[in-house]
Amino acid sequence: MDSAPLRVRFRFSKLGKVRFTSHRDVARMWERALRRSRLQVALSQGFSPHPLLSFGLALPTGCESLGEYLDARLEPASLDPPEVPRLAGVLTELLPMGITVQAAGLVDMAEGSLQQEVASCDWELEVLGVTGEELEERIGRLLDAPSLLVQRQRKGRMTQDDVRPAILSLAPVDARGPAHDEHHIGHIRATLATHPRGLRPGDLLSALGTGLVLGRACRTHQWIERGGARFEPLPLSDATTEPAVVHAEGRAS
Amino acid sequence: MESLWPQIERLLPTVAKPARYIGGEQGAQYPRHGPGTVAWLLLYPDTYEIGLPNQGLQILYEILNERPDALAERSYAPWVDMEAAMRAAGVPLFSVEQHLPARAFDVLAFNLSAELVYTNLVNLLDLARVPIHAADRGPEDPLVVAGGHCVFNPEPLADFVDAFVLGDGEEAVGEVNAVLGSWLREDPALRRRDRLRLDLAALEGVYVPALYVPRYEGGRLVATEPVSSDVPAVVAKRTITDLAEWPYPSRPLVPLTEVVHDRLNVEVFRGCTRGCRFCQAGMITRPVRERPAAQVRELVRRGLEWSGHDEVTLTSLSTADFSGIEETVRDIMDDPDNGGGVSVSLPSLRVDAFTVATAAQIQKARRTGLTFAPEGGTWRMRQVINKLITEEDLYSAVDAAFSQGWRRVKLYFLIGLPTERDEDVLGIAELGARCVEIGRRYNRSVTVTASVGGFVPKPHTPFQWFGQDTVAELTRKVGLLRERARATKGLTIRWHEPAASAAEGLASRGDRRMGAVIERVWRAGGTFQEWSERFDLGLWEEALEAEGLSLTEVVHRERAEDEALPWDHISAGLHRDFLWADWRDALDSVAVEDCRWTPCYDCGACTGLGLEHVVASAVAPAGGSQGTGQDLAAGGRIPVRLVSSRTS
Repeated sequence: MDSAPLRVRFRFSKLGKVRFTSHRDVARMWERALRRSRLQVALSQGFSPHPLLSFGLALPTGCESLGEYLDARLEPASLDPPEVPRLAGVLTELLPMGITVQAAGLVDMAEGSLQQEVASCDWELEVLGVTGEELEERIGRLLDAPSLLVQRQRKGRMTQDDVRPAILSLAPVDARGPAHDEHHIGHIRATLATHPRGLRPGDLLSALGTGLVLGRACRTHQWIERGGARFEPLPLSDATTEPAVVHAEGRAS
Repeated sequence: MESLWPQIERLLPTVAKPARYIGGEQGAQYPRHGPGTVAWLLLYPDTYEIGLPNQGLQILYEILNERPDALAERSYAPWVDMEAAMRAAGVPLFSVEQHLPARAFDVLAFNLSAELVYTNLVNLLDLARVPIHAADRGPEDPLVVAGGHCVFNPEPLADFVDAFVLGDGEEAVGEVNAVLGSWLREDPALRRRDRLRLDLAALEGVYVPALYVPRYEGGRLVATEPVSSDVPAVVAKRTITDLAEWPYPSRPLVPLTEVVHDRLNVEVFRGCTRGCRFCQAGMITRPVRERPAAQVRELVRRGLEWSGHDEVTLTSLSTADFSGIEETVRDIMDDPDNGGGVSVSLPSLRVDAFTVATAAQIQKARRTGLTFAPEGGTWRMRQVINKLITEEDLYSAVDAAFSQGWRRVKLYFLIGLPTERDEDVLGIAELGARCVEIGRRYNRSVTVTASVGGFVPKPHTPFQWFGQDTVAELTRKVGLLRERARATKGLTIRWHEPAASAAEGLASRGDRRMGAVIERVWRAGGTFQEWSERFDLGLWEEALEAEGLSLTEVVHRERAEDEALPWDHISAGLHRDFLWADWRDALDSVAVEDCRWTPCYDCGACTGLGLEHVVASAVAPAGGSQGTGQDLAAGGRIPVRLVSSRTS
């Protein structure tokens, strides 16, 4: 079946000023970049055909990421399968500053969607309004609690959810020092589950108690779990630019 | 000067739509500031998503950045949440490209496309930390200039703006740059702002309000006169004669976030000759200057390739009148370089079945809604406003639309027009009901929306003497119309807030005394007055009272033939006696034809400029200029000599 579309997965970072754009904004950036690349995105059937692009879990506006994903159905006529990895460079050129495509690869059509498959995400969060010591205490109390009820807005209504099961790991990052304590800036690293309902960094802060403000937040990894092992939807190859370098570039923008 | 970004980024997590403030658009430029380069900050005094697509601003942005002796960045009005955060943190107005403070620029240049943004202009000057009054600015303060359609009555902003540029800005902007450049090269200790004013006033199309004095008698304006014989008694607008020489924007800005008109725009002509008497844009942009069709195709091809958009709008005041519109649209759609699947949209459709057929060709998928603008509810009313669409035209267009799969038709109307009677207002409901009835033959679920705006008379139009309807009268008419429309299922009436029309009337036809009113409204917190959730007529009424003025005097009063108008010393090329004669004709329901295809009736625009209408094709389109009462069914003989702008 030569004519069947190829499923190409892109992994990209979102760093610097562009972090203030929304998930929908990023989707539109990709649509324009793909049109400019002259790759042909397959269209859905029906009265109002739309391009078959599937974005993973929405990244909250204002958060950065080192691992965002997009699955695109591309017409094989416009693309040679061995050329797929090279698309990362091509598309980075066509996307705004701060969006760097780190990898591109073919994915089996039979695999579930990114939304279904990704089970958890790693986050690095800057927390303002608390000393490192106090933050450590709050984290300890939170992890000891059997359940954690948090008020959240869902479809315009306030609901109460137990978010404790979604917190898979949570730890302070040892960035303590006089400067941090003086300015009341703490850092944490967390792994948060995405199912049945995802926990967002803001919700985690609410669970940590009052008086905290989220500073910089970065999604560092997304994980698929299968057969007890976890792996990334598209790993970075050795040849890929180190995230740290990308990070610095993004920040400089 | 240091970028303010580190301070700005701390504010952004706390405000709505932070992407408004980050810049980063494709096409954004990051020019180097330095001596010998005049730095322009181009400002649109409304939100980013409204201002970004503005084509006038984007054209000047490119032209200035191409010059070795100029640079330009942009800024927009921060929404109220961001403004509060900026003021609390001590962050001044900044450019979106390099996040430099507004005072790092030599010129603050405002685009004025709507009157209700005037309080925002004052607010932006204040946020920029520039004295709001032109008279209080010294040699170290930036020059404040303004352009755009609104400046054809500059008087309400005369207190705040140093110089206005009237008409097309493409050429004038370079001349202003040269004057300012040499002024800036002078020793700052010796620089004098009054010298700069005189040099600017010597440029064609530049109006410096400080050099003109209004004279009042008995509380009414009697004249606006120059302070010396060195400055012209009347300042006339600039007009570029050949649009083909200005293929801009060539690298249109592609924003990172959603804006209005999120697609490629290509301007196909400037000016309009239909002569709709309510339409200021049609009057002040004469004569018609078409872009050669080949250049239109080229701008579309390059623009799509550059931007990645899949939709292009061919812009003008009446795009269906572009000569050769059908071929041009077909070429764009058939061009394989446009990637296939490009959709073309034509604003301001003519009201006829013929045009609907063109629309059907270009909107193959998404046939959701079509919009027509009959403007008046009865034939008599449409003769008064010179929008000569017959009922047959409208019904055949609507029939064509519904029969070809459209489900929604939107009709634009004005109420509060000169000589209007209740039957004219009720005529809107009757037209709407008849359209629903036509649609029902094809589909049970069709809807017709009649969108009704309160008419605001504008300067340099035949209606400039008309006494605008009061808020109470407009409200009564809207009520009548809603009551009558209630009987028709499938007909929806939407209306513009009558109180906002009153404030717009103040800013449109007020004289220089309106400056103090605008300042009071601004001081009372009245920014973003064109946003219904922020608009407050009470603020305007209080300010008027404090200044000894009234809505009755400025807005609702009909002017006499010999009365001085605040814009008498500003010329859009139109003879005052032509406008007056057209006003009398309107009151007698006498219409005029589209002068592109009939003999000249000497409005002044062409003769004064030594120009003629420039059209891409010397053959009138089949159907002629529909809606102007002409019978040119076959296309045809043209009684005036035409300058074909380029062979295409």
